[in-house]
Amino acid sequence: MSLFQYDFMLRALLGALVTGLTAPALGTYLVQRRLALIGDGIGHVALTGVGVGLLTGGSPVLAAVLAAAAGAVVVELIRERGRASGDVALALLFYGGISGGVFLVGLSADKTSANLTAYLFGSPLTTSRADLVTMGLLGAVVLGVALLLRPWLFALCQDEEYAQVSGLPVRALNLLLAVTTAVTVTVAMRAVGLLLVSALMVVPVATAQQVTRGFRATMTAAMAIGVLSAAAGIWFAGTYDTAPGATIVLVAIAAFLVVAVGTGLRRAVRRRRVAGPASAGAGAVADADHVPEDQPDVVLDR
Amino acid sequence: MTGCTERSEGRAGRAEKALTVVDVTAGTVGYGGRPVLRDVTMSVRAGEVVAILGANGSGKSTLVRAILGLVPVSAGAVTLFGTPLRRFRQWRRIGYVPQRVGAGSGVPATVGEVVASGRLARRGLLRPASDDDRRAVGAALVAMGLLDRVRHPVATLSGGQQQRVLIARALAGEPELLVLDEPTAGVDAASQAAFAGALTDFAGSGGTVLLVAHELGPLAPVVSRAVVVHQGGIAHDGPVPRPAGHHADPDHDHVHPHAPDEHLGGLWGVR
Repeated sequence: MSLFQYDFMLRALLGALVTGLTAPALGTYLVQRRLALIGDGIGHVALTGVGVGLLTGGSPVLAAVLAAAAGAVVVELIRERGRASGDVALALLFYGGISGGVFLVGLSADKTSANLTAYLFGSPLTTSRADLVTMGLLGAVVLGVALLLRPWLFALCQDEEYAQVSGLPVRALNLLLAVTTAVTVTVAMRAVGLLLVSALMVVPVATAQQVTRGFRATMTAAMAIGVLSAAAGIWFAGTYDTAPGATIVLVAIAAFLVVAVGTGLRRAVRRRRVAGPASAGAGAVADADHVPEDQPDVVLDR
Repeated sequence: MTGCTERSEGRAGRAEKALTVVDVTAGTVGYGGRPVLRDVTMSVRAGEVVAILGANGSGKSTLVRAILGLVPVSAGAVTLFGTPLRRFRQWRRIGYVPQRVGAGSGVPATVGEVVASGRLARRGLLRPASDDDRRAVGAALVAMGLLDRVRHPVATLSGGQQQRVLIARALAGEPELLVLDEPTAGVDAASQAAFAGALTDFAGSGGTVLLVAHELGPLAPVVSRAVVVHQGGIAHDGPVPRPAGHHADPDHDHVHPHAPDEHLGGLWGVR
């Protein structure tokens, strides 16, 4: 582990770990809601914030948080209104966001596109101590929302109408979720980049839910997978000099594939065992697919 | 034939206004300018088990959705427990059972997790679950025969079991009024029987029930009054309609109202 004797590597690792922990925690709600790509869209909008920050000489991260939060609230209001023209409205917002970002960066004094690339694809190796503090604070806020409000956000994302009839503050929770999504995206900006952040919100969740049975278990497993992917990705990127953000995401996708193949194999083995050597016919195999777990429950206590 | 239980709840009269749990007066509901319900007036008093019957597309589901504030009422008034819907905040008194498990099921959720969410109406925001909460969730699971399924993912259960999960979720909140939207649609006989039993217990302990159904089936003996919705209006409000013709056959126990033009279907679809 001599790699991490360098401060910049250690900071890169810490930044990536914060992202690996927070992005899947919030992403679990987004996947549950079938809004898996929303993080990507919010990332586009955050870019306009980066542009504003670079142009005015202010903090690009702070401007990105504000722009992304505003964008997320607009997306939520569009979603709430109705679905008819929703996806077109989202497309306008996303493409407007990324164009605005590129346009504003072009206007700024420092016209090099390297600046923009750092935000689009992440540059964890240049993470400063101040960046780390910001990421830690915002990450704690995201985790606090995702974990402390879990029963309520679960109810909201699982069945919004039921949540409404339960008297939950549906609108406030929706807006909170939207703004927290925006914060998560911008927290991850330094480590994996705006364009790849959605991957860490979604891929670890997709990996986890192949083997989990419940919501809480999925979230916990997704956070563990996110942290491991981030650590392994940074180690690999430092050792072989690859792009860190992309490496982290590729590691996460590799983990998804390994688990997918693993669960597929396990199912096949179980199927063969249930079918037995004598009756290996196609029909027996198809029947065995539902045995023993999915057998219908015929025992009632009434 | 059990489908014609009659109780004269109507005699209770208007004196007990405080006991009116649901009241709709001249309610009109429309989607995009096209009215689905016109000038509908109906009410449910405490302790009643009222079934809203009607053919598909008659507006019966829209009626309960309007009562719960899920679709806006464009004219007329809805009150819940004597409070106008707009100012109603005591949602803990209502247990809602939607038609099916919510669309947001991208991530697996266990039976226990879904049923526990029925308790949130009684649990303050950010408040940890109390012993009472856990006891109520356990009791609801037992009532619907789901205790051995607590850790199972809801998505792997059969349609009837999923319906029981939704009913258990509503019961976990210990409501005074249970509102069910097509609780028996596409549900196996065993689950229907479990459901009829739970409903009898709930009504027996003083609970009020408002349910939407296409057919009553084994629920018929429990229902004290039927409201038939036909083409956006109330066509009948009183005892459960008596089944007629071949429907009165002993082994054909479904009870549902027939629109005049529905009989045509019988020519082709007689079983």
